[in-house]
Amino acid sequence: MIASERKPLEEILGYLDGENKVFVVACDGCSAGCGVSDQEHTAEMVKELEDSGKSVTGVARVEMTCNSGLCALMLDQHLAQVNEADSLLVLACGAGIQAVAGAIQKPVHPGTNSVYSGGFQGLWRSEPRCAECGNCMLDYTGGICPYTACSKSLLYGSCGGPMDGKCEVDQSVECGWMRIYERLESLGKADRLKDMPPLRNFKQMLPVGEQRRSSLWALELMDAEPEAQESDD
Amino acid sequence: MTFKEALQNEDFVITCEVAPPKGVDMDHVLEEAELLRGRVAGINVTDLQAAAMRVSSLATCSMLKQKGLEPILQMVCRDRNRLALQSELLSAYTLGVRNVLCLTGDHVVLGDHPEAKPVFDLDSVSLLQAAQGLIDGHDLAGNELESTPDDLFLGAIVTPGADPVEPQIYKLHNKVRAGAKFIQTQAVYDVPTFEKFMEKVSDIDVPILAGIVLLKSAGMARYMNANVAGVFVPDDLIKEMSDAGKKDKEAKERGEKADHKVKTSIEIAARLIRGLRPLCAGVHLMPLGWGHHVPAVLESAGI
Repeated sequence: MIASERKPLEEILGYLDGENKVFVVACDGCSAGCGVSDQEHTAEMVKELEDSGKSVTGVARVEMTCNSGLCALMLDQHLAQVNEADSLLVLACGAGIQAVAGAIQKPVHPGTNSVYSGGFQGLWRSEPRCAECGNCMLDYTGGICPYTACSKSLLYGSCGGPMDGKCEVDQSVECGWMRIYERLESLGKADRLKDMPPLRNFKQMLPVGEQRRSSLWALELMDAEPEAQESDD
Repeated sequence: MTFKEALQNEDFVITCEVAPPKGVDMDHVLEEAELLRGRVAGINVTDLQAAAMRVSSLATCSMLKQKGLEPILQMVCRDRNRLALQSELLSAYTLGVRNVLCLTGDHVVLGDHPEAKPVFDLDSVSLLQAAQGLIDGHDLAGNELESTPDDLFLGAIVTPGADPVEPQIYKLHNKVRAGAKFIQTQAVYDVPTFEKFMEKVSDIDVPILAGIVLLKSAGMARYMNANVAGVFVPDDLIKEMSDAGKKDKEAKERGEKADHKVKTSIEIAARLIRGLRPLCAGVHLMPLGWGHHVPAVLESAGI
């Protein structure tokens, strides 16, 4: 789940300056769930564009725009309308916008901002967040991630900032390390805080080639391979 | 005498902080430091205090060192990654700076560049580990140094008034294990609370200097109670400052000298120092712009 919000109309019109015809791509995934690219809000966007003197050549709804293969396939069905347009406006997360740009050789404008949610939240959106750090510390911290729960991503305990259990950065946010302490204390495991785990290794967060070949990347590679085999034949 | 030697040889050690300027005129900070000559065992220089951009602690410490004063370099982890922090530790050493106080640092959103990228690659504990590693001859990645900063003297902080205080104590133990050889604390205004804290950390065998922030007004005390984590100014002290403020107002109306607040502030700090003296290895003064009153505080405390 990537959370997004719509950009203001003025900013979008700024992108479209000098262009009259625009094709709109609206994602039916996360950003629809965020009330940015669902049917109702997409229609609103189209109306705002038209009221501003722009001509909308068509709208494509794409199930999960971030799935670049599916995205290209869906846009293929609207090729005439896409070709007619000067540019595309995409209501999707940053990944979806990049997928559209990868599929279409035309200017692609973002209609949204993807909002940092302090880490990946799993496919079912909920409180626990994962920074995908590559070296899980949840055993040490009682099942609460210090990287996403602490504003400073501290690994060795609370800073001097929390007041009444709240973070110095935002008084409406609970201090992650107070949560960790209370959790460990309730489990009778506060002594875990005497441990000093190894320093965080940011190299583990680099999307290296090997990691890119996992899951969806693997599927894309499989898609590409038959052609290669054909030409070998 | 070095700060380290003072902690070894003296019953009660005084340190005081100075703050570098937001600009390039160093006269004021150097004058404040000069006032402390012979009166304190070490002069802390804050590192972009309250996340506000200004002259670096290292440049200021280097100037104090050249003047024969004993600087304590404060280093926070907010603005530099592990390469820059280790490099600065080595650089400080080459400039003659030996004492380093390792802190995590306030978040950038609390300062004057809230849009900046906060770093926090290391924190207070891992900065101590990094510094201890350099003393032991290797950097954080395990690479050997060609020569080592043998006499680095490392310190850390703790907030005795934190609620709950237990997480602070766990972390304090880790700081000492990581290499801290002295501790300076967040501001203390309530001696009984500090006494309880000292009982809880009786197994910590490095010297602890209790922090003292000069109270400038009742308003400042109320502000700290509401906004500064782990700082608690008791009501009777607030009343003392408030009464002094009223006397100043009356004096001004009569066209007389209005120095009650300053006198009361000095008296409160001196009283705290006398109260803390039997409990710990010394005090660390944080005058926050009232550096020129520090000599009077020390005299009044009988030091």
